[in-house]
This record gives sequence, structure tokens and C-alpha cells, in this order.
Amino acid sequence: MDTFPAIRARGITKCFGDVVALDGIDLDVAHGQIHGLVGPNGAGKTTLLGLLLGLAVADSGRLEVLGTPVERALTTPDGVAGFVDGPGLYPSLTARQNLTALTALRGLDTGLSGVDDVLDQVGLTEVADDRARGFSLGMRQRLGLAAALLTRPRLLVLDEPSNGLDPAGKKHVHGVLTRLAAEGTSVVLSSHRMDDLEALCSEVTIIATGRVVFSGPLGKLATDHRELDYRLLTSDPQAARRVAAETAGVRIVDDAAVRQDSDLLVIRALVPALDELVVRLVGAGIALRELAPVVSPLEAAFLALTEQKETGS
Amino acid sequence: MTATLTADRAVRAPRVPVGRGYRFELVKVVSQWRIRLLVLACWIAPAVFVAGVSQQSTLPVDTLFGRWMLATGWAGPLVILGFAGTWALPLLTSLVAGDVFASEDRLGTWRHLLVAVRSPRRIFVAKALASLTVILLLVAGLACSSAIGGLATVGHRPLVGLDGHLLSASDAAGKVLLAWVCVLGPTLALAAIGLLGSVVLGRSPMGLLLPALVALAMQLAQMLPLPVAVRLALPGYAFIAWNGLFADPVQLGPLLIGIAVSLVWAVVATTLAYLLFLRRDFTNLTDDGLGHRALTLGVVPLVGLLAVSVPVVAAASGASGSGIEQDKVERSVATAFAHLYRMQTDQLHRPAVTEAQVRASAACHKGSVTADAQGPGNDWRCVVSWHLPGVEAPGTAVYQLDVTADGRFMADGDGPKEVNGYFLVRTPIGDAPNPLWQFDGNVELLPTSKG
Repeated sequence: MDTFPAIRARGITKCFGDVVALDGIDLDVAHGQIHGLVGPNGAGKTTLLGLLLGLAVADSGRLEVLGTPVERALTTPDGVAGFVDGPGLYPSLTARQNLTALTALRGLDTGLSGVDDVLDQVGLTEVADDRARGFSLGMRQRLGLAAALLTRPRLLVLDEPSNGLDPAGKKHVHGVLTRLAAEGTSVVLSSHRMDDLEALCSEVTIIATGRVVFSGPLGKLATDHRELDYRLLTSDPQAARRVAAETAGVRIVDDAAVRQDSDLLVIRALVPALDELVVRLVGAGIALRELAPVVSPLEAAFLALTEQKETGS
Repeated sequence: MTATLTADRAVRAPRVPVGRGYRFELVKVVSQWRIRLLVLACWIAPAVFVAGVSQQSTLPVDTLFGRWMLATGWAGPLVILGFAGTWALPLLTSLVAGDVFASEDRLGTWRHLLVAVRSPRRIFVAKALASLTVILLLVAGLACSSAIGGLATVGHRPLVGLDGHLLSASDAAGKVLLAWVCVLGPTLALAAIGLLGSVVLGRSPMGLLLPALVALAMQLAQMLPLPVAVRLALPGYAFIAWNGLFADPVQLGPLLIGIAVSLVWAVVATTLAYLLFLRRDFTNLTDDGLGHRALTLGVVPLVGLLAVSVPVVAAASGASGSGIEQDKVERSVATAFAHLYRMQTDQLHRPAVTEAQVRASAACHKGSVTADAQGPGNDWRCVVSWHLPGVEAPGTAVYQLDVTADGRFMADGDGPKEVNGYFLVRTPIGDAPNPLWQFDGNVELLPTSKG
């Protein structure tokens, strides 16, 4: 068992000319953890992922990847794989040729069976001999993941791996990442898809304008102390509206989308008030058909934290 | 403390050997339809062209050795070589070397490649070697295909050299091969410029076109009445100077200088491309090349190289002026006439004579300038005199000359009709092309050897 974290970053700063892309970033990722990196466009996620892949060197700060201090560009320790800014594929080669060429390039001993295995893992077996030129974005993402898997990484760095994935593709990718994490591989992924992050990640780091505004377990974000909007669908909307209006701590949100669906009610409440509402509805004989947050807790936290950050800056 | 202890345990990934990177690059290049078509075209089209032209009565007489395509199979590869130096090789190097780095920008695969190979240096070497391999394959295709086309259609026969002397078939074969090898020098220079353009200009179309544009600029420069030293200091001069291999004695000076200059350009441009490539920041997603500063860093040293090489070439070769002087023109015309006169004598089944017996001489003037005339132009006029054994009175024939700035000339016979005034001569076995009617020649621009 490794005694060092997969990633340990302290005070990482990276500038492009006058633009500060990363401003004193701290990051810890444990072995076997799927860690999400979230932030608005231009927050510095891709730059950070590029540093982890050894594509550049930080201007200042200390970065250790798989226990090795990264002191200069392109000294990525063995065991790191992934992609930033989309997977790198050669459209004139087939999926299998892309992976075979990569295998030969890296001198991997996986052979053809290894190539077929990773193609199967990401669900691309049927199109293995099709040229990558005709691949959809989701297929390209999966092939990029397969390329990363070929090297049997101990740290997988993925930039927006869910882009363009259909439900089947998403299922494949989630399955692969979850299995890798269970086997001890650390995964750092950036995404704008909060549902993906919630489904996959045990911890997230939120970055805004190059700074960390939150880093920790997802549970810490979905606290009981932040009001959220919930969709409420019942067997008797009118009665439910009355009950909601009478419940302390529950506010009915007059939303344009709601007006189009008269059966749907959007309410805003803390979790305790929500619990009270559910009890009252059931007590009044109103069947509860749907109660779900309009935006996920992670998304709400993300919006709140990043807006706060931008307002503050 | 933990980091220090554990860092020793972590193993740095071994960098990918250049050989593997080279094979990877070759796989990528050869998988492109464009490259496959180019390879096919270079290995098939010249043979088809040479075979086709060699069966027609109308020949490409405005191309060097074109007028001899019916006489020997070795004229075909030289015609293709002339065309290749002007058009094909610059375009081929553009499409291969000019795209080898830019294609990664276009496909967005730089980061993938860097993560896989982990060494920009090795990526550069692998890419340069792969593009060089493909270019050599294309050049070999042009040479082999045209030779096969010529030999299959016309045959392995003697070739009339640039000064009219007859090269045996085997000599012609050797010199044709040597000529193709010589143009590898300027081809490498263009390929290096292509690498530089590809690195500096990224996905911009200018990167792809750079070798072709540079070659076009050099061709335009060669058409201008520039001093010889400037002409020789251009990296494409060997595309012209191979002509000197087909003179007797061989005009080696300009050829060797041309090759040396082109190789220096190849080394300098490749080094610049290498250094600029290593400076690139691949994490900056907006950076798909190196911008104006890099453009300056790429161009200024090459301009400086040209500025330095002109006086160096001038000092080393002693070249001055246009290099086209009256006595050289007269000597070239007289030499070619003497060789071709022997050929005509043989055609007409007259008693054989030697060049020494013919004692051909020429008196040339350019326009109204009769003494110390010099420079290119189509207003050169020469009167050639020769002697026959046992005949006191010399024969004379008139030629109009079009001398181009690179020293090549075409002599057009102006009479008398039975010597050089008509394109056919009547031989005992019927009419035949008159070798004295029009012929190509070459004035050596350097003063160091006699042409």
C-alpha cells in the first residue's frame, strides 16, 4: 500500500503572460479516490490537469504526483495517463490502429488482446475497425479513455470525459472509472456535469478564477444549512399548495416553468422544513409522487460558491 | 519527509525511444490518403508521362533534354528532374514536411502525443525523420518511375550531353542517378524550411505552403539578372546546377557550392525549428504556434544566413557579375557545335571527323555590343566557323541565342539551310532530326573552370 497520496499540491501558481491561470492551488487526492474538479470556464481546471500530466511546469509551488516531486515539464512519473482538451486521436486510423500504434509507441506488453480488452471495457468493440474520423464526440471520448487505460495507470487524469456521451456510453465510462478506483487507481476528472460528479466522485474541488473555493467530500457541500428549490408533484396540487403555504420555513416559488405545468409545485426550503412538509402532506392524505431538487446540491453549492467568489473578487 | 522518502520509490516513466516514435509517425503519415496518393502518383505518373511523350513526334523542347526523348530512355528522367526541381519537389516537401507538425495542431493531438512520448526532443527527431523518409520515398519514385518509363519505351541508349558530346548509355545512367542524388540537397533545404514553417505557423495554411512559396521566390530570383554570388547562395541553386554534370568537362564548381549551400540551409532551418519547437508551451490552449515573435525568430536567422553566404560564396568562388561573358558563350557554342557536327556527319554517312579536326570557333555579340558583351538575353547572335580536313575555306553557320540568367541557352540555327537552317536533314535512309538546327547549352557561371 502506498504511503503517499496520489497527488499533493501546495501553493501551485501558473501564469500565461499577464493572466494568472492558477493562484496558490492546494490539492490532495488519495489513492483509489475519484476526485472531481469543478469550476466555471476559464477557472484553471485544464491548466491544473495539464500540470498533473506533466505538460507544463508550475511557476511556483510544490507538486507531487504519485510520490514524485514534479520539478520541470515532462517528468511525469510512470503510471499517469489521461487527456486534457479532448482525447488525442488520429482520424485516419481505426480505433484499433490508434490503440495499437500507441501500444507500439509506448512499448507496452499488452498486445492485441490488451487493445481488444480496453475497447471492450469502453464499449467500442463493434466499431474497433472503423476509422476514428467518423466517430461521434462520445465515441472519441471513450476511445481516449481506452488509450489511457492501455497504460494501466495508477493516476488517471481526464478533462471533461463525459462530453458527448449517450446514456450507454456514460454507463460504460462510469463503470470503468468506478472499477479502476476500486482497484486502487486514483482518478481526477473535470466536468460541468454535476450529475456525473455526484455519481462518481467521493471528493470535489471547486476552482474559481484560479483559486480553490472548496475542496472536500461531496457530503460537506450538501449541508442542511442551505435552502434549495424542490420540485413537488402530488395527487392533489391545490391541496398541496395550501399545505406548503401553511408549513413554516417553506416558500412557494412562482416560477415561469411551473405556471406551464399547473400540477407541479416548486418550493424552497431547508431540509428540516422539507421533512415537516412531507409529514403534513401524508397526514392530509395527499399522495407524494415526486420530490426532487430542481438543481443538485452540488450544482447549487457550485453556483453559490463561484458567484460568491466572483462577487468578492 | 514523506515525499522525499517515497519519491525514490516512484519510477519515472522511460521516455519512448526515437525508433518507436519514428515508426509511430510513419504509421500516421502513411495512413493519410493524401500521402498514399502522392506516393502512388510519384511512382506511376512519371513513367506514364515519359512513355507517352516518348511515343509522340512533338517533344518538350523547351525543357532541358526534352528534345532527346526519342533518342534515349535516359532523357526522360532528366526532363522529369527539371520539372521536379521547379514544381514537384517544392510541392511534395510542402505537403509532407510542411504538415508534419501542423497536423497535430489541426487534430488537437499535441497533448496526447506529449503524454505518450514524454520528450519534445524525441518527438521532433521522430517527426523530422519520418517526413524525411516519405520525401525520399517520393523522390525515389519520381526517379525510378521516369527511368523505367524511358527505358521501357525508348531503351538504354547513349545520351547527348549538354555540350553536345555523346555519353555512353552506362555513363548516362550513372550521371542521371548522380543528378537525382544531387537534388536531394535542395530538397532537404526545402524540407527543413517546411519543418520550420510547420512549427512556427501551426495550423495556418501558410505553414503548409511555405516550402512551395520559398521555392517559387527562388525561381523568380533565378530569372532575374542577379550577380552569380547571390544566385549560388540561394538554397535552390542545385536544382539548376545538376546540368553541369552533363557537360564535358563536368561543371562541378557550381554544383558543389549549390549542394553545400542547400545543406547549410537544411541544418540551420532544422535547428531553428527544433529550438522553437522546444520553446512551445503546450498547456496554453490558445497557443497553436509560436506567434509573431517566433516568426521573427524563424525568419531573421535565415535572412542573416543569406546575407552572410553571399559574400562567402563570392570570396570562395571568385564569382562576380552575371557570370555570362562573351568568351564563355563563344566557347560553349563552339564546343557544342563541334560535338553535334560530328553527330550530323555520322548521320549523313560522311567521312568521320574529330572535334580537333573541325576546330570550331564562334564569334558572338549581344545586340549591338560586339566586344566584352555580357549578361543574359535573347539578343545574342553567334557565327560559328569550322574546318574540314583538306578544305581550306572554313564553313560558317549562324545561331540566334536565348541565354537565360542561370547560364542555360538555346541556340536556334539560322542557316545555311543544309547545315543548321532546317529541322530535318536528308540522310541516305530518309529524313532525320537535324542535331545542329536547335540545341541546348550551358554557360558555366563561375570563372574557375572552362566549359
